[in-house]
Amino acid sequence: MAKHETPLLDQLESGPWPSFVSDLKQEAEKRAKNEKGVEFQIPVDVVDDLLGVLELSFKHKRTHWKHGGIVGVFGYGGGVIGRYCDQPEMFPGVAHFHTMRINHPSGKFYTAEYLRQLCDLWDFRGSGITNMHGSTGDIIFIGTTTPQLEEIFYELSHNMNQDLGGSGSNLRSPSDCIGTARCEYACYDTNALCYTLTQDYQDELHRPAFPYKFKFKFDGCPNCCVASIARSDLAFVGTWRDEIRIDAEAVNAYVGGEFPPNGGAHAGRDWGPFDIQKEVTDLCPTKCMKYEKGKLYINDRECTRCMHCINVMPRALRIGNDRGCSILAGAKAPILDGAQMGSLIVPFIKVEDPYDEIKDNVIEPIWDWWMEEGKNRERLGELMKRQGFQRMIEVLGVDAVPQMVQEPRSNPYIFWKEDEVEGGWERDIDEFRKHHKR
Amino acid sequence: MEQAEAQEKIVTALTKKLKTKSKFYFNDLAKILELKPRVAKKYITQMVVDQALEYWSSGSTSMYGLPGTGKQAGAEHEE
Ligand code: SF4
Ligand code: SF4
Repeated sequence: MAKHETPLLDQLESGPWPSFVSDLKQEAEKRAKNEKGVEFQIPVDVVDDLLGVLELSFKHKRTHWKHGGIVGVFGYGGGVIGRYCDQPEMFPGVAHFHTMRINHPSGKFYTAEYLRQLCDLWDFRGSGITNMHGSTGDIIFIGTTTPQLEEIFYELSHNMNQDLGGSGSNLRSPSDCIGTARCEYACYDTNALCYTLTQDYQDELHRPAFPYKFKFKFDGCPNCCVASIARSDLAFVGTWRDEIRIDAEAVNAYVGGEFPPNGGAHAGRDWGPFDIQKEVTDLCPTKCMKYEKGKLYINDRECTRCMHCINVMPRALRIGNDRGCSILAGAKAPILDGAQMGSLIVPFIKVEDPYDEIKDNVIEPIWDWWMEEGKNRERLGELMKRQGFQRMIEVLGVDAVPQMVQEPRSNPYIFWKEDEVEGGWERDIDEFRKHHKR
Repeated sequence: MEQAEAQEKIVTALTKKLKTKSKFYFNDLAKILELKPRVAKKYITQMVVDQALEYWSSGSTSMYGLPGTGKQAGAEHEE
């Protein structure tokens, strides 16, 4: 028998989709039965009370959570988000209900054994409710009490080789796609770069000194499986600068229907015979491909590495050999000025251990600029908008390249600086007057 | 600057403002110390270790305050 009546939440279970309400009820029941004999360190009915307070919020159309606080583990300014219920008498199980962010492993590779350890720890010292994963990428532990925080952190860091993630005005837990570990499209080792920067920037991750949050995301290729271009202040997107490798025979095997296009991903229904012109060359965004007399041509100079042709015919087309990444800056979700995608700041850079060029020439100058000039709660993308892209590339000390221009000549107000103009502002007025009357 | 001097500056400035404000952004602290953010961070981190300052976090933003000050402090310590 449920502790609280939840008619409004029950409604949410009636649709065709899996429901978090059913999951919560299942967890509440599991805790009540406690077949494994866990010595719960926080109230056994925490999940019942969570359902109860949620039902009340639906009824009142108001939240009953107080969000934020001083709680954390000693020395860390992130990783724990304080949360308290404003109806603690009614719902004592969730009076304290703090969130913990756990830094997910690179590429989110887990062993079953490790997942079991995480869940056992969280059943024992928390609510048992997790979110795999939060939007930054972290493993989220939802709901525990203050005295458990240090205990959990000790267990994670001493026995599970695991750290808390970032929150608040910190570098957030860097996040990457599976990369070269499993994906043939990967143009650099995302796992290695993600891991290295996570280790090298521990201070930035745990001790907040930024104006606001800052996210790194690493995609091995422009397919952007972790959506770095939309969701990180600095996006590292794998790319190449030579030619797409074409296996002419395999191209014709696709044309002849021998290989299913898109790795067989559209097998659910019959789409008719594969049409290379309709499905590949006509859809190339830069129209730099053609298929003629049984041969595929690509004008690589015009290719923007969109990945479309490679995704359709992975056995015939492969990423180039001269690989690295592009770096884009300033993506963010709404709040101010609406959502923003990243802007290209470095068209191509080699990604080589120990990544000094990336750290010294890109990441750190950007941080210095943003930490000094950024207003409180101003994301990098907002600073870029406020001070202008021109200022951004000045900070990086790079020259403007065509890829940085969204569209030509829509803005007549380009202000040149004296040192950018040959001869500067000085002129010989007599020489000038020879050709121009007063 | 010595750590003690930095701490003194911060504690004095924050105590003065306590009537109106108990939580401060990192940049406010760097300004009090009149240092660049990266340099200021070394002192401020040490003050947290020495428990002269404490972190406050909303989840999305972090702030700093003198331990035990502010409305929230009372609420958070009640059992
Ligand atoms: S982003 Fe590219 S390299 Fe990374 S997993 Fe996706 S397809 Fe593979
Ligand atoms: S990757 Fe995209 S732009 Fe390049 S050739 Fe293929 S479809 Fe065209």
